Amino acid sequence: MSQKKPEKLIDEKDIRFDNRKLNEMRPVKIEVGILGNADGSAYIEQGKNRILAAVYGPREIHPKHQALPDRAALRCRYHMAPFSVQERKSPAPSRREVEISKVMREALEPSVFTEYYPRTAIDLFVEVLQADGGTRCAGITVASLALADAGIPMRDLVSACAAGKVESRIVLDLSDVEDKSSDGADVPVAYMPNLNAVTLLQMDGMLTPDEFEQVLNLAVEGCKQIGQVQKEALRAKYVTAKEVATETEEEAEEEAKE
Amino acid sequence: MPIFHEKRQLVTPGDLLAENDYINGENTYKENGKIYATRVGLFDHDDKRIFVVALKSFYIPMVGDTVIGKVLEVMLSGWIVDVRAPYVALLRASDALERPVRPQRDDLPALFDVGDMMIAKIVAYDRTRDPLLTVLERGLGKVARGQTIEITPTKIPRVIGKKGSMITTIKNETGCQVIIGQNGRIVIAGKTPEDERLAIMAIRLVEQEAHTTGLTDRVTEMLRKEKVEKSDKEVAENVPKET
Repeated sequence: MSQKKPEKLIDEKDIRFDNRKLNEMRPVKIEVGILGNADGSAYIEQGKNRILAAVYGPREIHPKHQALPDRAALRCRYHMAPFSVQERKSPAPSRREVEISKVMREALEPSVFTEYYPRTAIDLFVEVLQADGGTRCAGITVASLALADAGIPMRDLVSACAAGKVESRIVLDLSDVEDKSSDGADVPVAYMPNLNAVTLLQMDGMLTPDEFEQVLNLAVEGCKQIGQVQKEALRAKYVTAKEVATETEEEAEEEAKE
Repeated sequence: MPIFHEKRQLVTPGDLLAENDYINGENTYKENGKIYATRVGLFDHDDKRIFVVALKSFYIPMVGDTVIGKVLEVMLSGWIVDVRAPYVALLRASDALERPVRPQRDDLPALFDVGDMMIAKIVAYDRTRDPLLTVLERGLGKVARGQTIEITPTKIPRVIGKKGSMITTIKNETGCQVIIGQNGRIVIAGKTPEDERLAIMAIRLVEQEAHTTGLTDRVTEMLRKEKVEKSDKEVAENVPKET
């Protein structure tokens, strides 16, 4: 995975160095429920990003003093594997990882009905196996699916996507090389598509107010696209269930009522 | 009053299910007159209520439920019991002995030791306190023998079947005693390990195909076929010995 920085990231025809259009995302592939030991899990490939998410709980909280009297504590750990980047990364949590863990938790918490399960913990692990820019967004996307897979009640799925400025052009879903190019800007956004609510909004770099509005709208569009892929991935796990579902369900419910 | 899905359609969290005059049932929530799903499941509704039958969930204690618990810890005057819920349950010694408890004399580990399985009933629970159990009713108490298996709690109604049809079938066909806990644990006690194996196979089949029709018939068929194969094998093994 040697990354040579191309001369120009965007050519005269508005095609990016990896043959994408300005408002085109990297290909996304998501699988749900792939870990046996976790209560819920998901895996995403977005471009060269490869990220696993696992959810445990709601379960008893340890240490006890972390328990919240009115809701479940969502504990999130974002971690990059030592082999996830070109230079070996120390496996100890870095300042950056601690921060991303926090913003991920804050991006996901509004979607979860934590108030249903007070004094418990929902533990979320996001492991980056291979990083290529935009891992916090892809991480939020998979984590949300892992939560849904664990059967935790949620207001909506959270989809995340970044947009920004590269070589004075507004682009969607920045890759690592684009992100690191000079005088650009990167705006990661997490969004709940059905509720039309933004749960994460960060920016590094500089943008004019006009540019910022364009970038934000583009990122939200990206989130909506990701949202569709998320739904399909979640459904894919149960397609067989859907096809053969027939009147027995009714019987089952009658039993449940009795 | 529009409804946006057909019955038994697969929905995901956040999907808009219906608007206005409906009541939000299981696994849904209402905001600004709109009802959304909160879990992955199959959409359903009746005249008033909109609900989702979850495909996967975890056990939340309910007062009156019979559950199968595992002892985690023996304390001075009771036991801490795992019931597969987000909260650990407590069984007080006074809810296990039919007389006043004498902490110096009574030997609690002799009743239930760490790791023992028990059939218990939830007598008290709300979200501010941990569930409280009792074993002082008929049919409750220690699990003396057999095996326990775990399934998703949402699928328990299917294992029981309409008016208990599925569970009766499994019991009759395998000759096993089967005790179902609402928390998704099932105790199977049979005369031979082979019988237990058959019962477990049947329950796993129900779990996998919980959403299909004619399941009871298929389970019966599967069990009969397995039994025939087994007896054939036994005959084949026995014949040479006798001659």
